Amino acid sequence: MGKKLLQIIVAIALLVAGIVVGTKFAGDNRATVVGDASRYSNATGSGGLLTRSVGGSSTGTVHDVRDGNSIQAAVAAAEPGDVIRIFPGTYTETVYIDKDDIVLSGVVVNGQWPVMEGNKELNDAVLYSGNDITVENLQIQHYKGNAVMGQAGNNFLIRNNNIIDTGVYGIFPEFGTNGLITHNVLSGIEDAAIYVGMSDNIHVTNNEVFDNVAGIEIENSRHSIVENNYVHDNTGGILVFITPGLPIKTTFDTIVRNNFIVNNNTPNFGIPGSTVAGIPAGTGILNMAGDQTTIEGNVITGNKVIGILITDHMNAPNVTLDPGADPSSDEIAILDNMMWNNGYDTIPEIKALKTLELVDGNVEILNVGASANSCILDPDKYITVGLKSFGTCGFATTADVSTYLLDEPAQRREIAAEDMGKRAYYGVCAGCHSYNIKMVGPPTQIIQALYMDNPQGIVDYITSPTKKRDDYPEMPPQNYLSEDVRMAAAEFMLQVKQ
Amino acid sequence: MSKAPSSLRARAGLLLALVLSTGALAEAPAQLREYCPPGFELTDGNRCELRTLYQNYDSLQYAGVGGPRTGLPSARDGFSPQQIDLGRYLFFDPLLSADNSISCASCHHPDLGFSDGRARSVGIGGAEVRRAAPSLWNVAFLQSFFWDARADSLEQQMVGPLYDAKEMGSSPEQLLAEIGGNATYRALFRVAFPGSEGPPTLEQIYYSIAAFQASLISLNSRYDRYAHGYHDALTDNEKQGMNIFRSFVARCAECHTPPLFTNQQVAVIGVPEPDGRRLDEGAETTSGNPGLRGGFKVPSLRNIAKTAPYMHSGAFDNLRDAAEFYTLGRGHALPEEEKPRMTVHWHIWEPELADHELDRLVDFLATLTDEAFKPGIPATVPSGLAPVGVIPEALGPKPTIAGLNET
Repeated sequence: MGKKLLQIIVAIALLVAGIVVGTKFAGDNRATVVGDASRYSNATGSGGLLTRSVGGSSTGTVHDVRDGNSIQAAVAAAEPGDVIRIFPGTYTETVYIDKDDIVLSGVVVNGQWPVMEGNKELNDAVLYSGNDITVENLQIQHYKGNAVMGQAGNNFLIRNNNIIDTGVYGIFPEFGTNGLITHNVLSGIEDAAIYVGMSDNIHVTNNEVFDNVAGIEIENSRHSIVENNYVHDNTGGILVFITPGLPIKTTFDTIVRNNFIVNNNTPNFGIPGSTVAGIPAGTGILNMAGDQTTIEGNVITGNKVIGILITDHMNAPNVTLDPGADPSSDEIAILDNMMWNNGYDTIPEIKALKTLELVDGNVEILNVGASANSCILDPDKYITVGLKSFGTCGFATTADVSTYLLDEPAQRREIAAEDMGKRAYYGVCAGCHSYNIKMVGPPTQIIQALYMDNPQGIVDYITSPTKKRDDYPEMPPQNYLSEDVRMAAAEFMLQVKQ
Repeated sequence: MSKAPSSLRARAGLLLALVLSTGALAEAPAQLREYCPPGFELTDGNRCELRTLYQNYDSLQYAGVGGPRTGLPSARDGFSPQQIDLGRYLFFDPLLSADNSISCASCHHPDLGFSDGRARSVGIGGAEVRRAAPSLWNVAFLQSFFWDARADSLEQQMVGPLYDAKEMGSSPEQLLAEIGGNATYRALFRVAFPGSEGPPTLEQIYYSIAAFQASLISLNSRYDRYAHGYHDALTDNEKQGMNIFRSFVARCAECHTPPLFTNQQVAVIGVPEPDGRRLDEGAETTSGNPGLRGGFKVPSLRNIAKTAPYMHSGAFDNLRDAAEFYTLGRGHALPEEEKPRMTVHWHIWEPELADHELDRLVDFLATLTDEAFKPGIPATVPSGLAPVGVIPEALGPKPTIAGLNET
C-alpha cells in the first residue's frame, strides 16, 4: 500500500515537473502547424462546407476597432469586402450596415470578449440590410429589440455570438435568402431567441438557446433546417409557424432534426398580445400551420405539457385567420425521435382530449385540427392523441439532405448597363427632362446635340452642375447616384430616340 | 344608383351658370399627349412601362417587401400615353360628379399629396364621409383599395366614390350621358381607344382614370437616395430616425415595410375615433372576419408629410402625435366595451419610445417626400368646367361662389 502511494506521488511529481519544463522551455509553439489540412477533408459531407455561400468575402481592408472607438464609424468607412475587427471592450451603440459584403468580427483575447452593451436603452445592436454580411464573435447584451436583425439581406452568416437578454429577439433575419446561424448561445429573450422570419434557404445549427420564451422559431419561411441545437429551459423549444397577417404567407419544407429539446418548462414571460404569449410552458416542438415539417432524430425529454404539438390556426390562441394563408399543418412527418418523460404535467385542454380518445399515460405527441398527408414512422412507440389520420412514413431519414443553403450566393446578378441606364434615365432624369419638350430642365434632344459622343461630359456636369441657362433653374447635383449609374444614365440619354 | 337631391341639382346649375358667365369655358383640349409621364418608357405597342432603380433589386417570393434595396411589388403599367392623359382630364373634371361641383381631385389634390388635408373627406353638397381620403401616390403597386381593403382593382375602387351619394353622387347613366354627350370627350376616347366605335363606355372611363392614377410614381425621395447607396442623403438625425423606424422596438417597418412602406395587409391597431365618433368596424364588415374588427389597410408612408391629418378618420393632426400613438400602450385608446372583442395586432405593444426618439421618427418620415413626378393640373378640361371644381379648404379660402356654401 505504502509503495503504491509513493509511486503515485512520484508520478505526480514527474508530471508537474514535465508541465513546468514544458511551459518554461518549450517556448511559443503557435507557429507550428499540427495536422494536415486534409485530415478530415472527406468528412464534410456531400454538401460541402456550410459556409461556402454565406457571409462576407473578407477580400478587402481590415479596420480595427478598439475600446472607446465606434464600430459604426468603421462601418461608414468600410467598402464591400472589408473586415471590421472589434477588440475587447464595451461598445454602447447601434450598428447598422446598409452595404454589401461586410464582416463584423469580434476578436476574443485571453478570454476577454468585445461586448455590445445596450443598457436597456438602445433598441438594436446590429441592423443589416446588405447582402453577404457576417456577424461573429460578439457578446451582445441588454438591448430592447434585437441583438442582430436583418432586413432583406441575403447570404448572411451569424455565428459564435453570446447573446444575453437583448429584448424581443436575439437573432432575427427577415426577408433573407440563404443564411446560416451557427454556434450562438442565447438566453433571456422575451420572444424567440432565434427567429427566422419570411426567409428562404436557412440553416440553424449548433446553437444553445435557454431561458427564453421560445428557443428557435421558423416563421413564414421555406427550405429550412434546424439541427444539432441544444434547446433547453425555454417556455417552448422549437416552433414552426405560419403567422397570419404577414405579406409572405407560407411555411414549408422544414427539417427539425438531431436537436436536444429538453425541459422547456420556463414560465411564459412573453409580451402580452404576442403570438408566443399563448404557448404553454412545457412545450417541446410546436408546429402551427407549417407544411412539410419533418421531425427526426431529436432527443425530446422533460417537457411537461407535450413533446410535439401539431396545430392549425383554428385551434391556436391569439390568432386572427388570414384568408391568404392555409391554416392547417399538412404533410407533417414524425420520424424516429428519442422521447422520454414529456407531458407529465399537462394542461387541461390536453387532458380533455386524452379522455376523449381514452388514452392513458402522458401524451408525448398531439395533433389538433386537420392535417392532410401526414405520417409517423412508428405510431406504436409513443403515446399520442389526434394522430389517427396520420399514415406510416414511407421514408426513415432526411440524411441525404445535408443543407438547403445555396451552392452560390443569392442575388449576385449582373445588371446590364443598358438596363441600369434606362432605369436611371426614366426613373430619375425624366422628372426634369423629356425627349423633345421643355420641362424643368432642357429637352434631351438639346443635351444630345450638345454632348454627342461624350457621356463623360454629362457625368462630369451632373456630378457638380453649374448654372448654364438663364431660362432654366440650376440643376441639383446627381452625385447620389453611383459613378457607374451616372455613366449608364448618360450613355442611355445620348442614344434615346423618343 | 342615387340621384343627387334636387337642391344640389339647382346649385349645380348655379355653379355651371357662374362658370359660364365668368368665361372659364376656355377652349377644350383636342389632343392627347403622345409621350409617357415621367417614370415611364414608351415601348413597342404604344405602352408606357415603368422604369425605376428599384428594378435593379430582387424581392423574396416577389412580394415587394423587405429592406432598402428590395424590389417593388409588381406594378400596374402598360397603359398608352393617350389613355393616361385622357385619365388626367377625367380625374380633374367636375363633370364626373352628380352636380358637377367636385372632381376626383377635390379629395385627391396633387398639392396635398393626392389627399385633401381633411380628417374626413367632403363630397357633393358638403356631405362629410366617414373616412379620410387616402393618398394616390404609388397606387400602381397596391393590391387592395379603400381603408377596409374591400376592392382589389382601381376600377373596382373608383365606382365607390363616383356613385356614393355622399361622395361624387353620380350614376353610370349620368356618367355615360355627360361624357358621351360631350363632343370633345367623344373625340378623345376615339384617340385613346383606337378601333373602338360608338360612345365612350364605362369600362373605358374607368380604365383611363386607372391609367392616370397608376402613373403617380414617387420613388425619388432623399430616403431613396440613401437606399440606393448614397449615405450622405440623410442627416444624422434622420438616420437615427430610420434606425428607430426599422428597429424591433418601434416596429414601424414590420407593417410599413420598404420599399413601398406598406406590407399591404390589414391590421387592427386600435386607433381612436376623433371627436367622440362611434367605432369604425373597418375590415370586419367587409371581410366577415371578427378578428379584423377595427382593422384597416396599412397605408404607404411615402409622401406622408404631405397628407396630414392621419389615420382612417383623421385622429391625429400631425406626425408626432401619430407616432406617439404607438408608444402609449396596447389598446390604450379603445373604448372599454371594445377591448374584449378586438384582436389588436401583435406588433402593437409598449415600446417605451423616448421623446427624442419620436422626434427622430418624424424627422425620418419627412425624408419620404418626393413629388418630382407630380402631374400638372390641366388648364382646361373637356366639360369646360373649372378644373378640379371645389378645392380643398387647406389650399385656400372656401370657394367664393355665392350661394354654394349657404342654405
